[in-house]
Amino acid sequence: MTHFSAFSLLKNALTGHKAWTEQWPDSQPKKEYDVIIVGAGGHGLGAAYYLAKQHGITNVAVIDKGWLGGGNTGRNTTIIRSNYLYDESAKLYDHAVDLWENLSQDLNYNVMYSRRGVLMLAHNVHDVQSFKRHIHANRLNGVDNRWLTTQECKDYCPPLNIAQNARYPVMGGALQERAGTARHDAVAWGYARGAAMRGVDIIQNCPVTAIRRNADGSVAGVETAKGFIKAKKVAVSAAGHTSVVMETAGVRLPLESYPLQALVSEPIKPIFPCVVMSNAVHAYISQSDKGELVIGSGTDQYTSYSQRGGLPLIEHTVAAITEVFPIFNRMRMLRKWGGIVDVTPDRSAIISKTPVEGLYVNCGWGTGGFKATPGAAHTFAWTVAKNEPHPINAPFTMERFRTGRLIDEAAAAAVAH
Amino acid sequence: MLLIHCPYCEETLPEAEFTYAGQAHVIRPEDPSGQSDDQWQEFLFIRANPKGPHYERWRHFHGCGRFFNAVRDTVSDKFLTTYKAGAPRPDLSSLTEGLK
Ligand SMILES: Cc1cc2nc3c(=O)[nH]c(=O)nc-3n(C[C@H](O)[C@H](O)[C@H](O)COP(=O)(O)OP(=O)(O)OC[C@H]3O[C@@H](n4cnc5c(N)ncnc54)[C@H](O)[C@@H]3O)c2cc1C
Ligand SMILES: [Zn+2]
Repeated sequence: MTHFSAFSLLKNALTGHKAWTEQWPDSQPKKEYDVIIVGAGGHGLGAAYYLAKQHGITNVAVIDKGWLGGGNTGRNTTIIRSNYLYDESAKLYDHAVDLWENLSQDLNYNVMYSRRGVLMLAHNVHDVQSFKRHIHANRLNGVDNRWLTTQECKDYCPPLNIAQNARYPVMGGALQERAGTARHDAVAWGYARGAAMRGVDIIQNCPVTAIRRNADGSVAGVETAKGFIKAKKVAVSAAGHTSVVMETAGVRLPLESYPLQALVSEPIKPIFPCVVMSNAVHAYISQSDKGELVIGSGTDQYTSYSQRGGLPLIEHTVAAITEVFPIFNRMRMLRKWGGIVDVTPDRSAIISKTPVEGLYVNCGWGTGGFKATPGAAHTFAWTVAKNEPHPINAPFTMERFRTGRLIDEAAAAAVAH
Repeated sequence: MLLIHCPYCEETLPEAEFTYAGQAHVIRPEDPSGQSDDQWQEFLFIRANPKGPHYERWRHFHGCGRFFNAVRDTVSDKFLTTYKAGAPRPDLSSLTEGLK
């Protein structure tokens, strides 16, 4: 695998770009691994990368039922931020943002992390009060977040409609400047390349059909479309399909899977300088480097694995977007799609050991786990390698649903995050 | 948009009239103070979340306002049946017979 640099780019340009080597081999399964990771999304591939890089565990396979990065990693609206209310969440997400800042250098792969700022709009008195509370809590935790007046919101994001007679008047907003976006596919590809370079096998188009256990209850390996593969440890990072995979090991989780949708417009010249979220009207918008407006919608009300989502939600989202940004009301939308997200009762993730010896799970990221990718992968790798939680993910165990020590971001955000 | 049959109104109507109300047949403990932490966890938080037929509750919110139960395939989103609250859980094999 070639090291990417200005020099290698120039060298390959001179040879007509014919000498580039593959970025990772399409591996076939070996008989046995030290660690098998189920799910080649950003979280699973990232965990493999950190297992190899930081813990020296390289006899690892990442197995996916489809192609790598084809799950929610390749379907999300790429919003990255860390201004969460609770201390536990602030630490976890801010750890991720710290890693985002140097990820391109670390991976020698441009993940296009862009600190363009995330502005959350307040449309009513309740929003104003709760956002200001968030801002204070964030600042106590060393997480940047500040209040903008209506006019300051307009200055920061000129396409915004701040007319006072608007259906959703803008009463101000919370701005995290360190927040932004990254190129979703590049995150999966960069981690895949970095892991493969260190000896990790990436096995695609190979559904894991069951987790097998030894007579003493500990994990034995996985049953797959390409036969049984033995493993000392199995780490599941299967997002919306976690319940289905974990059930085969007899582990039941507090998860429900819902379709979440997004859509993009036709590409236009740069007009939208930041990310704007509006929780009250449920619309998220940014502009990709290709020029498309990237718009996030909500989850369907019912659980589903259909990976499609209902049209009423798209209608609602587009209606909200054109109210807040009337300038976009003649734009044509090009594509819409859905992903299946795994939602916990408190809307916080689970990065945890399980009652089965040698079986670990990283799930429950629901509608907001892209931003956490490096942080989740990093702490999950630690948990798998050392068989104990990293201090940052210690509060995010499965145990909390038994003890009642929830991390209630559901109440804090009241909507998808 | 899903089309949903309300067993009370006996009409098939658009999803927008209904609200989803989670897994069906989750029984509230009769003796709350006698429950262990594990039992509370099971009752409050653990859900079946199957990929396939799912027993679930819906409410005809903008119609008769009543709760009822349904069996829906979570892969195709197709409703296999809807039935009144309090009616026994229908047998899955009789519902899926015609599908294959
Ligand atoms: C429309 C949409 C918008 C979103 N917007 C944002 C956002 O703006 N910001 C944000 O932070 N988050 C967002 N999210 C959430 C975010 O995408 C996810 O939380 C995150 O990408 C999860 O990463 P992952 O690697 O765990 O999951 P995935 O990328 O879904 O990876 C899981 C992998 O497991 C594989 N798998 C499943 N079952 C099996 C099996 N049996 N055998 C083998 N492999 C299996 C799947 O094929 C998949 O590739 C959004 C999600 C969606 C759907
Ligand atoms: Zn009715």
